Amino acid sequence: MADWFKRTKQGLLGSEKKVIPDGLWLKCPTCSEYLYKRELEKNYWVCTQCHHHFRIPYYDYLRILLDGKFGEFNAEIRSTDPLEFKASKRYDEQLEEAVKETGVNEAVITGTGKIGKHTLVICVMDFRFIGGSMGSVVGEKIARAIDKAMELKVPLIIISQSGGARMQEGILSLMQMAKTSAKLAQFHDAGGLFISILADPTAGGTTASFSMLGDIIIAEPGAFVGFAGPRVIKQTIGHELPEGFQRSEFLLEKGFLDMICERAELKKTILRLLDFFYGNQTLHPDNE
Amino acid sequence: MSEIILDFEKPIVELEKKIEEMYEMSSLENVDLSADIQKAEEKLNRTIAKIHSNLTRWQRVQLARHPDRPTTLDYLSRICADFIEIHGDRYFSDDKAVVAGFATIDDFQCVVIGHQKGSNTKENLFRNFGMPHPEGYRKALRAMKLAEKFHKPVVTFIDTQGAYPGIGAEERGQAEAIARNLFEMSRLKTPIICIIIGEGASGGALGIGVGDRILLLENTWYSVISPEGCASILYHDSSKAPIVAEALKVTARDLESLGISDEILPEPLGGAHRNQEQTAQTIKNAILKYLTELKAIPMDELIRQRVEKYSKMGTWSESNDAPAANQSSISRKNE
Repeated sequence: MADWFKRTKQGLLGSEKKVIPDGLWLKCPTCSEYLYKRELEKNYWVCTQCHHHFRIPYYDYLRILLDGKFGEFNAEIRSTDPLEFKASKRYDEQLEEAVKETGVNEAVITGTGKIGKHTLVICVMDFRFIGGSMGSVVGEKIARAIDKAMELKVPLIIISQSGGARMQEGILSLMQMAKTSAKLAQFHDAGGLFISILADPTAGGTTASFSMLGDIIIAEPGAFVGFAGPRVIKQTIGHELPEGFQRSEFLLEKGFLDMICERAELKKTILRLLDFFYGNQTLHPDNE
Repeated sequence: MSEIILDFEKPIVELEKKIEEMYEMSSLENVDLSADIQKAEEKLNRTIAKIHSNLTRWQRVQLARHPDRPTTLDYLSRICADFIEIHGDRYFSDDKAVVAGFATIDDFQCVVIGHQKGSNTKENLFRNFGMPHPEGYRKALRAMKLAEKFHKPVVTFIDTQGAYPGIGAEERGQAEAIARNLFEMSRLKTPIICIIIGEGASGGALGIGVGDRILLLENTWYSVISPEGCASILYHDSSKAPIVAEALKVTARDLESLGISDEILPEPLGGAHRNQEQTAQTIKNAILKYLTELKAIPMDELIRQRVEKYSKMGTWSESNDAPAANQSSISRKNE
């Protein structure tokens, strides 16, 4: 290649360009600030500048919220690729990749844990696993978790982080919406408390089933929460969507959320709620 | 005869034309063509049967959304001795994409709820192409609660290409409205029969689709997403829908083999639009049969069976040698 293509004047190169040591720094997608990963982790993976909440895997939520051990159950349930789905990709291969990448078998982790003195059942979805989508296994694990909460007579927390129902299991995924909602109706009739926590994103069939059925619904700041995707809506109506549309602040304004809660305050908020509903024996956990 | 003709229907329509011409000729010119006509009609039936026994999934989808396909109100006008329509959700407005009311079908009084498409462009604009807003689901729930209060069974007719994806629909809680219906329908203290009469797209269909029996007309589709929607996500090209329809396994027969449907209701030769009356009778007989059956089940048992029905849906495997996310893995792995 001819040498004269090369830029010779160094001055024209962006002087702002810093060499970012790979893996130590992250760029905030909202304010473009470079953030030191260690600091970010200490700050619950929330941007110190603009409070952008980074998407985090299930184990971070468990660590942030729980006191003591997490007793996982039903970890071994796996999808069987019931449709033998093959389109642009093979679903069985996609599953295999997701398992390898995340170290877990599905897009939701379920188990028992404690917040303060309150034992509870907690389900945490994980966006890394095929977009946190709900297929047969996610539906089944959540249904069993609800059963467990009923059996133990403890509150239920579900953290949603999901693109919606999983296309690759077709009608079976759709029916998980009915399954989880039916179980929640039983739980409701049995007097159980369900706190639904919405992280970015909570969309489609997940929103239109258990996510929106919480006795209390809390969302993280700036989280996408909606039914239809913005691209589909834009295509349908033929013009741009208003600023902040389908973000948690918008939903709070429209009356569909109880509150928006910074990740750093999430545990404290849940604890206050649990104390309110189940007695205040843990009002001052810090003093114990 | 149908005005709109699908590609694979063309040979059928051509034969029909020929037969019609023969009839005309025989009456005008007074010639006896009865033997030829009989032969042609036999051929016609063979052709229809042949074409319809080999339909691809995509062709079934096209039949399910055939512009001449009977709608909820078409069926109601044929099977109900009386139908009193009610309107509005009592919160915001009346959604024309969902009809609800009190129906008398032979000896049964029941609350009927259905998606409503139009049969021409003007009607479709009025009905929003059968795509409900949250108000539609809330009107449906109001009707269901009335049914429960007065011990009337519920019959729902499902036929939608989806809940409407718009700004108003989102800001008035499309997701919440659908979720609420799933929740309430699962514990509604009255029998519920759901019949898919055309298209069953995603949460928009399921929002009035939780019940004790799920029946599908033969040429219908029901899935988590429309083939076009899935194709535009997976291929960024909605014209790949025919391929995706195969992968998604969207037809009534697929649902039967996946353990979702309770019965497939046969359609007249060539599809529901070719004989509305016969299709309506099939639907009516099914409603009467299942209402009789469900009436005999004690209410607590009915609800228990309903929840059980949905609890069983889906497939999964369980083995103990798979890796578990136990306590030790709750530390950042990517460091």
